[in-house]
Order: sequence, then C-alpha cells, then structure tokens
Amino acid sequence: MAYLELKNVSMTYGRGANATEVLSNINLTIEEGEFVAIVGFTGSGKTTLVNLINGLLKPTSGEVLFKGEPVVDTSHERGVIFQNYSLLPWLTVGQNVHMAVKEAFPKASKKEINARVEEYVAMVNLSPAINKRPKELSGGMRQRVSVARALAMNPEMIIMDEPLGALDALTRGNLQDEILKIWSKDKRTALLITNDVDEGIYMADRIIPLKPGPNATLGPEFNINIERPRDKTELNDNLEYKKTRNAIIEYLMGIGEERKSASKKVYELPELTPKSFVA
Amino acid sequence: MKQSVTVVQDEKGNFGTMVKDFAIKLIPAMPKWNGKTLVRKVLIPLASIILFVGLWHVGAKALYNIEADYKIQKALTDQGQEAADQMAACIASGDVSCQPNTLPSPAQVWTSFNTLIADHKAISADKAEFKAKTAALNATREAEGKAPIVYTGRPSFVDQIFTSLKTVFAGFLLALIIAVPVGVIIGLSTTLRNSFNWLIQIFKPVSPVVWLLLVFMIVKTMTKDSDSDSAFIISFISVGLCAMWATLVNTAMGVATVDKDYINVAKVLKLGPIQKVFKVILPSSLPLIFTGLRITLSVAWMVLIAIELLAQSPGLGSFVWEEFQNGAIDSNSKIIVAMFVIGIIGFLLDRIMLTIQNMVSFNKNATA
Repeated sequence: MAYLELKNVSMTYGRGANATEVLSNINLTIEEGEFVAIVGFTGSGKTTLVNLINGLLKPTSGEVLFKGEPVVDTSHERGVIFQNYSLLPWLTVGQNVHMAVKEAFPKASKKEINARVEEYVAMVNLSPAINKRPKELSGGMRQRVSVARALAMNPEMIIMDEPLGALDALTRGNLQDEILKIWSKDKRTALLITNDVDEGIYMADRIIPLKPGPNATLGPEFNINIERPRDKTELNDNLEYKKTRNAIIEYLMGIGEERKSASKKVYELPELTPKSFVA
Repeated sequence: MKQSVTVVQDEKGNFGTMVKDFAIKLIPAMPKWNGKTLVRKVLIPLASIILFVGLWHVGAKALYNIEADYKIQKALTDQGQEAADQMAACIASGDVSCQPNTLPSPAQVWTSFNTLIADHKAISADKAEFKAKTAALNATREAEGKAPIVYTGRPSFVDQIFTSLKTVFAGFLLALIIAVPVGVIIGLSTTLRNSFNWLIQIFKPVSPVVWLLLVFMIVKTMTKDSDSDSAFIISFISVGLCAMWATLVNTAMGVATVDKDYINVAKVLKLGPIQKVFKVILPSSLPLIFTGLRITLSVAWMVLIAIELLAQSPGLGSFVWEEFQNGAIDSNSKIIVAMFVIGIIGFLLDRIMLTIQNMVSFNKNATA
C-alpha cells in the first residue's frame, strides 16, 4: 500500500459557465521515506495540488489517500511549509514555534514544550533570534522559522510548497542544504513543490513535472539516481544530472511550446514598411 | 570700552546655548539639534500660532467695530445725535452695559480663562470649607443611618471637564463592550454579516440628537422607581450608541478580512475554534479594531458636547449652552475658552489611543 496516493484527482473552481478545471486526472503515489519533487510553471496549479494533499481543499472528484485513509481535513501528520512563510507577525520566533508544538503535543508539560521549541529553533540556527518578531528577520530566516515550526510538530510527512521561491539564489542554496540535512536525519517522507528544476534534481529522489493548467496533470516521472549526499559543484559534471536535467527541461519547454501553439487565434498584423532615413 | 563689548558678546553666546540646552531637554528624542531643526520644529509652529492669534485679534477688532458702528447708527436714527454721542462715549469707556456683543478678542478669552481658574479655586475652597463644617454632622447622621449632607453648590468649569470625561469614558466603554464582541461575531459569519448589514447601515448615520431621544424614552421608563442620576445614564448611553458604529464596522471588517495565510496556518496547526479566534483572528485584526476605537473615541467626544447640551446633564456641553443662554459680558469669551479646552482634550484623547494602539499591535507604524 502506498504511503500517499492520489487517484484520478480533479479540482474545479467555480460553477457552471465559470467553472475552470485546474487539475485533472492527477495520479500520484509516494512511498514512505521518499523525497519527491513536483516541478511546474507558475500558475500551473501547484499550490492547489499541495492544498489537496494537506487537506485544506477537497478534490472535486477522485481520492486523496494518506496511509490508505482518505484525507478529509488537515492533520498534524502532514506538516506544511508555506510559500510565503505564513508566520504570525505578532508572535516572536519562539512563540510561533511554541504555538505549533503546543497544538501537536497537547499532553506535554510546559517544560517539555519549551525544550522542544528551543531544540527546533536551534536546529535552524535561529537561537539568537528566538525573541525577535518575523518583521525583524530576513526572508531566509523567516523561512527557517517556518521550517522549524513544521518540523517541531513531528510530522510523518513534510509538504513544501515552493519553500524557497521568494529567496535569493545564495540563501536558496544554503537553505536547500539545511533542509536536506534535516531530512536525511530521519528520512521522513517529503514532497517538494518547486519551479526550479535544478533544485528538484539536487534535492529529490524523483521528479514529476506538472503540465500547466487549466487541466493540469502530471507528466512522466524522472528518477534521479545520484548518490546522496550530493555535491552541488560536482553535480554540474555529473552525466546523470545533465541527462535528467535536459530531459526535464526539454519536456517542460515542449509543454510551453505546445501551450503557445495551442492558441488558434491569428492576429492580423498591420502592413508597415520601415521609413528610410538614408534617402 | 573694548572690554564691555566682549562681555556683551559672551552673554549673548551663553544665552544662546542656554536656550539650546533647554530646547534639547524639552525634546529628548531629537537625535541631532541644529539650526534647521530648530526652525522647522519650533520657530515655524510658533510663528503659525502667533499668526493665528494675530489674525484672530484683527478679525475680532473688525467685528467689534462693525457692531459698535451699528449700535451708534441705531441710536442716531432712533433717538438722535445726543443719544448717539452718548452711546459712542459709553462704548469707548468700556462700560459693561453697552459693549457690542461679538467675537471676543484673544485678550478677552485669556482673561476669561483666568476668571474660570480663579472661580474653580474659589469653589474648591468653598467645597473644602463645607466638608470640614459638615464632617461632624455627617458622622452622626451616618451613625443614625441617614444620608449624609452633600455639597450642592454650582460646579466649576474644571469640575465640568471631569464630568464630561467621566461621561465620555463610560460611553466609550459601553461602545467597546458592545461593538467589539458583536463585530467579531458578525465578522466571522458571512450569513450574520449579511443579515445584520441593514441594521448597521440604517442606524450608523442616525444623528446623536435622535439617539438621545430614543435613549431618553427607554431610560425614563426604566429608572422610574429609582433615584439614580438618569441624566448621566441617558447621556453616556447615547454617546456610546452614537460612537460605537465605527468600531463595529471596523471590527467586523478586520475579522472578515484576516489574511488567508493566517487562516491556513490555523487550519494546518488544527487550532480549535476559540483558539483560532483568540490566537489568530483577533491579533491580526487588532490594528483595524484600534483604528475603529480611535474613531469611536473622537466621535464620542464630539457628540458628547451636543448630547450634554440637550440632556441637561452637567459637563462641558451644558457649560457652553448655559453660557450662551446667560449672555453675560464675558459669556462669549468663556465659550471660546471651552472650545479650546474641548479641542485640546479631544486631541489628547486621540494621542492616548494612538499610543495604546502602538503598544498593543504588531503593526508598529500606525500614524495619525
């Protein structure tokens, strides 16, 4: 039995004439301990897919099964790292994590909760900033808080919705390593949604491109057979890496071309001849 | 000769630095104090005040002259040259009986201000004396189970300021107690919002006078058997009902428009409904709630004057109305004093609210 399974999932927004099917016929299985990345263009329905898996949305048709049970609501078993951090701005770093821990372990004593908060804030190297508010932190630090908050709840599966999308390239690289380091400790199941193919290849075991919406659906999957831990600089010379990267990009670009040519409307151009300034 | 010149220069320099030091002490938050900031922060506001008072003086003078000319002209047409000369002499002599009744000058207002302060001191002394005189008698009356004898003299201007503040705070608290919880409940549910929208939209623009009459109808019946201070009850309830709408609408809007990300966080963390309200929705709508409360307080202060005036409840409003009815020579200037006091207190109340807002809300850059 698969750990997470999506069976013929479709999602439609709106009704009647205004209905747009964002996702159609999504089939996905993720095994326990796997790190899967879904790559897609912006606006292709990635966030909708994430919200279906974490339980914030319900599919219009089809089934989302988590450990064999249909997903009906959010659950502490599935931790979510949001694209825009979603930290509560009126709480400090420690309080943001504390709130999550308290919800996930309602029976724990105050001391245990505090210890856990400190542990996870330390894990993302933010101990000196534990009493600061999100506003006082940089984007990278905020996303690290978000990571700490998700992991402190001890979820069985981590769902990351473009966690590094809003960060600069350097911070991005650092955080990728940090997330991988944390993940490799206990190899929880992870689902990464991203728009960066390189990031997907560097981090995941398996990459699945999402054909852009409306009617977005998953494309053929690509297995990444590169030994962990992966080295970013060596990766550039790795044949396997190059091959997979080119294949994925070719596929995605192919979709892009297809999407462009799918438009049947022909625009009539005005007949203009450039004016000559020579004569 | 040379020496004396240098001494004068020295003194001047010392005086300059003294002024500078004093100014720096006055405004400690000023990071850098130079000529430019001195001009911008002190001299220009000061100049604008002087200009205002100057214009006021000139304007009051002109109005005074128009009124005086009219009086003399009227005496001339009604009673002839002799009466007109008498009137002109009377006005020039500053006699109380024939002063033109018009906008008072700044000097007159200042005099009235001092009169009011002196009056307050006199009344306070009188009160203290009364208290001392009746202390022994009241003690025996209390022992016998009778009500003590209280001071029933007229309240001073300062007393009336405090009465007004008491009324406005009671009204504000009433507005807070009603509007915030109702706003939260309405904000949480689209159905409730839609079903109560008509009520809010209809009652929001109703004038304070009408609210007062409505409250009067109800309170009059309800307090029939008690000897409580119904004027105070009527005025504070009316103030609260007039002023609460801004808070109600803002709270409902704040609660209804909480960032979807925060709601998603609450869902993912699986917060219970009560925790969701207190830990996510309320904190995130606090800036809007406080904006509403600030509007409520300033509206409360504004309508209070009108309501006191009508409800015959003691306070600044009735002070203004009584002075207007009184028609004494310094009544007009007392009204202007009350106007400034009302304005300054309103301004201070708003500053206090702004300070509290900045203290409690995460949105630290709220400004006037």
